[in-house]
Amino acid sequence: MITAIVTIALIALLAGLALSYASRSLASESDGLIEQVNALLPQTQCAQCGYPGCRPYAAAIIEDDAPINLCPPGGDNTVRRLADLLGKNIVPLAEEATHGHIVAVIDESRCIGCTHCRTACPVDAIVGAHQLMHTIIKSECTGCELCVIRCPVDCISMQSAA
Amino acid sequence: MSAAPTYDLGKLHGGLRLQANKSASTAQAIHKVPVPAQLVLPIAQHVGDPAQPVVGIGERVLKGQLIAEPDGALGAPVHASSSGKIVAIEPWPVSRRYGENAPCIVIECDGEDRHIERAEIPPAYDTLPPDVVLTQILQGGIVGLGGAVFPTAQKLMQAVTCELKYLILNGVECEPYISCDDALMREYAREIVGGAQILLHALELDSGYIVVESDKPEAIHAIADVLAEVSDDRLVLKQVPSIYPSGGEDQLVQLVTNLEVPSGGLPTDVGCLVQNVGTTAAIYDWIINHEPLIARVTTITGDGIAQPMNLDVRIGTTVADVVNFVGGYTDRAEQLIIGGPMTGKTVTTDRVPIVKATNCILVLSQDPALGPEMPCIRCGNCAAVCPVQLLPQQLFWYACADDEAKIRSYGLTDCIECGCCDLVCPSHIPLTFDFRMAKARYREMADEKARAERARLRFEARNERLEKQQKARDDELSRQKETAQQAGPEAIAAILKRKQQAKDED
Repeated sequence: MITAIVTIALIALLAGLALSYASRSLASESDGLIEQVNALLPQTQCAQCGYPGCRPYAAAIIEDDAPINLCPPGGDNTVRRLADLLGKNIVPLAEEATHGHIVAVIDESRCIGCTHCRTACPVDAIVGAHQLMHTIIKSECTGCELCVIRCPVDCISMQSAA
Repeated sequence: MSAAPTYDLGKLHGGLRLQANKSASTAQAIHKVPVPAQLVLPIAQHVGDPAQPVVGIGERVLKGQLIAEPDGALGAPVHASSSGKIVAIEPWPVSRRYGENAPCIVIECDGEDRHIERAEIPPAYDTLPPDVVLTQILQGGIVGLGGAVFPTAQKLMQAVTCELKYLILNGVECEPYISCDDALMREYAREIVGGAQILLHALELDSGYIVVESDKPEAIHAIADVLAEVSDDRLVLKQVPSIYPSGGEDQLVQLVTNLEVPSGGLPTDVGCLVQNVGTTAAIYDWIINHEPLIARVTTITGDGIAQPMNLDVRIGTTVADVVNFVGGYTDRAEQLIIGGPMTGKTVTTDRVPIVKATNCILVLSQDPALGPEMPCIRCGNCAAVCPVQLLPQQLFWYACADDEAKIRSYGLTDCIECGCCDLVCPSHIPLTFDFRMAKARYREMADEKARAERARLRFEARNERLEKQQKARDDELSRQKETAQQAGPEAIAAILKRKQQAKDED
């Protein structure tokens, strides 16, 4: 009787230890998984997925089981790679894909220097001081379009990067 | 009688013995093409960043004048090939692997061909330290004339940082139809040997090989004669059997020294520096005669050309002008290729200019299309002829499946795009074309990845900065609150009262 109780208790203890260890190691695993998912996202930081950037979307995919088809700049290729990584089914994009590498262009003759676009840019690709003309660093622009809606005089347009 | 022994040669894997088709163009001496009415000089005639124009539209330039200077880490200057007026800087059709048009400087020649005065004539090269000679070579606009157009000075500057043993001069012109190096060796052997001596001095080397294919006896004799005359025991003439593509840089090193250039490495990794004989002659022209690279020897041949020959032509002359000079096209001309039949590029207009890379203008009567593409039967012929010992059938398999990891592990980046596998494939699969497309695809993906990584870093840096700013604001606010609390209600009341008084006085 005593032996049985001790054995069961011991097994319970071991299982508990193993579980707690597993939960810890699995937690770090999911963290690594977030980074892996983040690496597959195009890093435009456009927030078109409804999350405030690529890393938060990656976290949402892993932690909240968010759909993998919310990234228009990544297109079908990103959906395919995410499905490969996570063992999920390939699903069509929720919105139409963004085509090619596009960048924002400021019509400098119309810019009033309000700095609204500059503060909206997630990758600091816009330069310009208050009440002075702004411009976009083409090589750093990710084409997220966040600046376009912020411009009060509609002087920003999206163009092909080529 | 053979003037140079074929000895202790390493063995090259695979390769093909191709029909040379060179005798038509080597029957005559090199002809000099007169300066045309208009010269078109692309600002990107080299590997690396395009040069930046330093002249404006309407400006008059002289022959040999610098018109575009290198911009960025890798590049070469461009010089005016004749005197005249700059009439445009605009996109112009050119022959290059990707894209059709490129920015070019267009010069309307005045026909005087007036040379620019050199500010000062530098002293003889052998009295100068090697690094000064290298800097001089940099200013000559010299690039690898074998076809790769890598800026020569930068290649040399990279080489001097390595442990070098041999200089190898590449006179192996293995691709069919092309004979410009052959013609150059026959008529300008003195310049080639002189250039080799300059290179040996600049690289502080005392061993150099001049390697020529055995099917060029005239060239071998010309070089041997000059070597006997200068009796420079640092230079040795070697002949190699003519097998395509033994003129490839890595293949030549293996053939001559029996050392294999490592995957992804350079010949300098095994102590060799390879230079094309044309490049060597250009170095001689610049260092001794102070003439920058403004002309080159080019073969114009094929059954679509009335009189095939080798030409000494100014860089920037259009193909149309050159064809006119040799008597025009024949009735059978159907296809215009810049470069050779194996690695050249078909162009659709003869408005393209001769550039530093143009070693051959080939006009053929028919498209050498091999036949309809059939499925791979895995015969393995392609693997047998691959000079880099790749398995093209496997590469093709994974290129079709778009499996990047696998295709990389099978050495896609080591493919030199020689086209041997295309020729032997019984199913007429355009393997080289598929590999080229796969390379372009993966390069694009790598670019995209690098861009995403940079965007991620900038995004994170921005977030960090915003957090820091927010924290600084919060800290300042809490500090003010704390000061106020420490001072107690009386102090606050006093301050408020003082403010009220100031207001009342206004």
